[in-house]
Amino acid sequence: MEEFMIRALLAGIGIAVAAGPIGVFVVWRRMAYFGDALSHSALLGVALGLVTGLEMNAVIALVCIGVALFVTWMHTRPEVPADAALGIFSQGALSLGLIAAALSQGARVDLMGYLFGDVLAAGWGDVIWIWCGTGLVLALIGRFWNDWVNATLHEGLATLDGVPVARLRLLFMLLTALVIASAIKVIGALLITALLVIPPVAARPFVRTPEGMAFGAVLIGVMSTPLGLWASYRWDLPSGPAIVLVACGFFVGALLFGRRSG
Amino acid sequence: MTESIRSDGAVLLSARALSVQRGGEMLLREVDLAVHEKEIVTIIGPNGAGKSTLLTALLGLIPLSGGVVERRPGVVIGYVPQRLKVDAVLPMTVARFIALSAAGRPPDWETLRHLGCERLLDRPLYALSGGEMQRVLLARALSRDPHLLVLDEPAQGLDLAGEELLHGFLETLRRQRGVASLLVSHDLHFVMAGADRVICLNRHVCCSGSPTAVRATPEFRLLFGERIPGVGYYQHHHDHCHTPHGVEKENA
Repeated sequence: MEEFMIRALLAGIGIAVAAGPIGVFVVWRRMAYFGDALSHSALLGVALGLVTGLEMNAVIALVCIGVALFVTWMHTRPEVPADAALGIFSQGALSLGLIAAALSQGARVDLMGYLFGDVLAAGWGDVIWIWCGTGLVLALIGRFWNDWVNATLHEGLATLDGVPVARLRLLFMLLTALVIASAIKVIGALLITALLVIPPVAARPFVRTPEGMAFGAVLIGVMSTPLGLWASYRWDLPSGPAIVLVACGFFVGALLFGRRSG
Repeated sequence: MTESIRSDGAVLLSARALSVQRGGEMLLREVDLAVHEKEIVTIIGPNGAGKSTLLTALLGLIPLSGGVVERRPGVVIGYVPQRLKVDAVLPMTVARFIALSAAGRPPDWETLRHLGCERLLDRPLYALSGGEMQRVLLARALSRDPHLLVLDEPAQGLDLAGEELLHGFLETLRRQRGVASLLVSHDLHFVMAGADRVICLNRHVCCSGSPTAVRATPEFRLLFGERIPGVGYYQHHHDHCHTPHGVEKENA
């Protein structure tokens, strides 16, 4: 196997492993729109990275974290509906990113890659960045898993059980930002939410526990990546859409063959 | 006599001049309240009186705009919220839901059996009926062996038999395990029969005291008119008994 293919596989699988456990909470808490807002603003990070010439992954991560903090703060403004706020923010950041990219020299070439993903362009630095992020996500998810599940069911009950609900909510938002930032190069800003949302939903009919759903989501994500990459390589397709389409295939299969409840 | 026993008990949870404001509106104004050991206290009041708000404020789940809430150090509180909506996309059995709160304690089989939760343990949480969910929430609240139970309209969605069971259950808990209860209820029959002390709330404390004392106050009659529990009140329940769960009582 050629080296760029090995890098692509390692990068794609690393993202899928982190996206599984984060994705189940995104689905349970109905935060898909939040994922969209973050991933669209990641493009703003790309543009800023191109303009300033600083380390791209770090700039993207910082912008995503900034957006996550801003969105958390917006929750304290009840006169702006949460979904409208996210919509405004998401499209605003996307537009700002596109304009910044258009204004910066030479950016036009890269833009498609960042919108739809170009896993085959991932360097060893990206692979290391992704797996560091994945390691951090897994460590923190493992540490706070029960508390997060508890707070997802009922924040009041979790608080009385001694769970620091507000702090964990913020931490979860930051981790989501981190996963999205590390996935943008491979999957693309417009498609990252699909990788967060599709594997958990596809896994749901086959599981009976929260842990089972997270493992199932990881499994489906990890299977989608090599299949999508292979299709991308074989037929010269953009890699992000290829991976997402394979995941969609798993979702359709789950609808057809999965149990109805449990 | 009972009154003197209650006041001898140590205070588990108390509020002084508790006020809650939201969007410039006073939801609760200078509420004073105390729950003693082994006491059953019921909060009654019309819709919008701030009953649920008072409970969440006492539990520390919402910020106060004035006053203080004090808990006896080390006091464990079990909370039964009004409702819990669980999405079908979250796979969670009843057993797991209770275990999440128990923090490693072994299941309390006697309580689970008593509440009829034993046969529900393997059921998915989202598929429970309203009445089943109430019992599961109660079992969860008890899994931490609390000193005080805080229940938000626990009689809601229960038929008459379920209600009397609940009433008897709280009494048994108090007697056998020394668990105090603070509950919100719409059900005046429940209140009058089962509570040591009644707090009549309408954004502030209108009146409080023993059920008989409260019933005699002009404030109580002003709030509840002539809806004093009696035979006619029972018939209201019978209208709804045939549906096994999910009955929203109007209490009109």
